[in-house]
Amino acid sequence: MELIINLLINGLATGMLIFLLAAGLTLIFGLMDVLNFAHGGLFAWGAFSGVWFYGLTNSFTIAIIGAILTGAVLGFITEKIIIKPVYGNHIQQILITLGFMIVLSEMLKVVFGPNQIAAKTPPLLSGSWEIGDVIIIKYRLFIIVVGFLVFGVFQFILKRTKIGLIVRAGVMNKEMVQALGINIKQVFLYVFMVGAALAALGGALMAPYSGVVYAEMGMEFAILAFIVVVIGGMGSFPGSLLAAILVGLAGSFMAYYVPALSLAVNMMLMAIVLIFRPQGLFTAKG
Amino acid sequence: MMSILLKVENVQTHIGQYHILQGVSFEAKEGQVSVLLGRNGAGKTTTLKTIMGLTPATSGTIHFQDKEITKQATHHIASSGIGYVPEDQGIFGALTVEENLKVAMRKEDDAALARQEYVLELFPDLKKYWKKDGGHLSGGQKQMLSMARAFINDSKLLLIDEPSKGLAPVVIEKVMEAIVEMKKQTTIILVEQNFIMASRIGDTYTLIDDGETVRSGQMSELVQNEELKRQYLGIG
Ligand SMILES: Nc1ncnc2c1ncn2[C@@H]1O[C@H](COP(=O)(O)OP(=O)(O)O)[C@@H](O)[C@H]1O
Ligand SMILES: [Mg+2]
Repeated sequence: MELIINLLINGLATGMLIFLLAAGLTLIFGLMDVLNFAHGGLFAWGAFSGVWFYGLTNSFTIAIIGAILTGAVLGFITEKIIIKPVYGNHIQQILITLGFMIVLSEMLKVVFGPNQIAAKTPPLLSGSWEIGDVIIIKYRLFIIVVGFLVFGVFQFILKRTKIGLIVRAGVMNKEMVQALGINIKQVFLYVFMVGAALAALGGALMAPYSGVVYAEMGMEFAILAFIVVVIGGMGSFPGSLLAAILVGLAGSFMAYYVPALSLAVNMMLMAIVLIFRPQGLFTAKG
Repeated sequence: MMSILLKVENVQTHIGQYHILQGVSFEAKEGQVSVLLGRNGAGKTTTLKTIMGLTPATSGTIHFQDKEITKQATHHIASSGIGYVPEDQGIFGALTVEENLKVAMRKEDDAALARQEYVLELFPDLKKYWKKDGGHLSGGQKQMLSMARAFINDSKLLLIDEPSKGLAPVVIEKVMEAIVEMKKQTTIILVEQNFIMASRIGDTYTLIDDGETVRSGQMSELVQNEELKRQYLGIG
C-alpha cells in the first residue's frame, strides 16, 4: 500500500512539473499556432536562475519570483526576436526555435559555468511526514499543491476574465477576434511571456526535486511536455493537466514495475490516444 | 445630401498567387443598405474581407469616414467603427452567447450595455439561450448572435455576408426584419444572394463579376432591368 502511495506521489509531482511546461506550450500552440522547441530552454533558465536567486537571498520565495520574472523577460525577448518573424511558418519555427534552444543552453554555460550545480531544498520543505507506514516527502507534496494552484488560478483567468475569454476565443478563431477590434499580436506576446514564466516556474521547482541543475535538463522535459500537449489536445489547458498527470503516473509506475518500458510508455500512451482520439483527450477549438 | 461613409476605389486583392479582386469600386452612403450582388465566386466575400484588412488590398484605396484604412491592421479597422458578420458567422463555439458578446464589447459602459439590451430585444432567442454554448445554437441563432456581436460596439458600419445562407424561410424573414431595424441606427453593406430579400431591403446595389465591379446604382433601377439580372445573377 505505502509503495502505491509513494509511486502515486512521485508520479503526481513529476506530472505537475511536466504540466507547468506543457501549459505554456499548449496555449502558445493553440493560440499562436507556434511550435516552440525552445520552451525547454526557458525551463532550464528557470531552474538555474532559481538556484542563483536562492543562493543570493536564501529565500525560496524570492528564488521562485526571480525565476518567474527571468522566464517572463526571456519570453518577451524570444517572442520579439525569434518568434515574430516566423509566425505562420511551421518549418521555420521548428528550425529557429531548435537553434534557439541550443543558444539558450549554451548561454547557461556561459553565465553559470559548464558544470552542473547543486540545488538545495529550503529547510521548511525538507524532510518528510510519516503517516503509519507511509512516508510522504514534503517537497513532492509541495510541488503537487503548487501545480493544482497554478491550474486553478489559470482556469479562473481563462474562464472568468476578459483577457481569458479573448485567449480562448483566439484559440478558436483568430481572424474573428481581430475583426472584433482586438490586437491579437499583443495578446500573443502576453501569452508567450506567461507560457515562458510557467516553464521557468517549473524549472525552479524542479531544481530542489532533482538536486542538481544542468543545461540539458530542459530538453528531456520538453519532450515529455510535447507528448502531453498532443495527448491532452492542442490548446486545451485542462487537457494538458490530465495528460501530464497520466504521463507522470505512467512513468513512475512503469519505472518500478517494468523499468525496461519506462521510456517507451509515454510514446505508447501518445500512440494509443492518437489512434482513438487524434484530436487529443480534450479539444479547445470549439 | 447623404454623406459617403465608405468609399472603395479600384481595389485589387491577391491571395497567395491568385489575383482575386481586379478592380472593385463602390461607395456606401450613411444610413443606407448597400447590397453587393454577383455569382458564387465573384469576389463578394473577398471584398468584405479586404475592407476588414483580413485579405489586404494590394492596390487601390479604401476610405472610411474620409480616412484611408487601406493598409491598416484589422483590429484598427474594426475599432474605428466597422462591425463584421462573416459568411460562416465566426461564432466562438465553446463560448456561451453571453461570452461571445462580452469578448466583442470593447468598452463595458452604459452605452454598450444599452446596445446589448437593444440587440436582446431584437433577438429574444439570444436572451433565452444566454448561457448556452455558441456551438450548440441553430444556424439562425448563430446568425443573430453574429449580427448582435457586430452591432454591440456602436459600429458606424456593418458588413454582413450572406445572412440568409442555409436558413429556413421563416428564419430568413426574422433576420431580414432585424437588418431593417438595425438600419435605423447604422449603415449596412450587405452581401445577399436571395434577390427578393436584397431588393426589398437594399437602397443601392453593386454588381461584382469575376472580381470586378460591373455596375452600381439604385436598387429600384436593377429591379426593372431584366437584362442585367439575367446576365449577372442568372435570374429573371
Ligand atoms: N483563400 C483563398 N485562396 C485562393 N482562392 C480564394 C481564396 N478565397 C477565395 N478565393 C477565390 O476567390 C474567388 C472569390 O471568392 P469569394 O470572394 O469567396 O466569392 P463570393 O463571396 O462572391 O462567392 C473565388 O474564385 C474563390 O475560389
Ligand atoms: Mg461569399
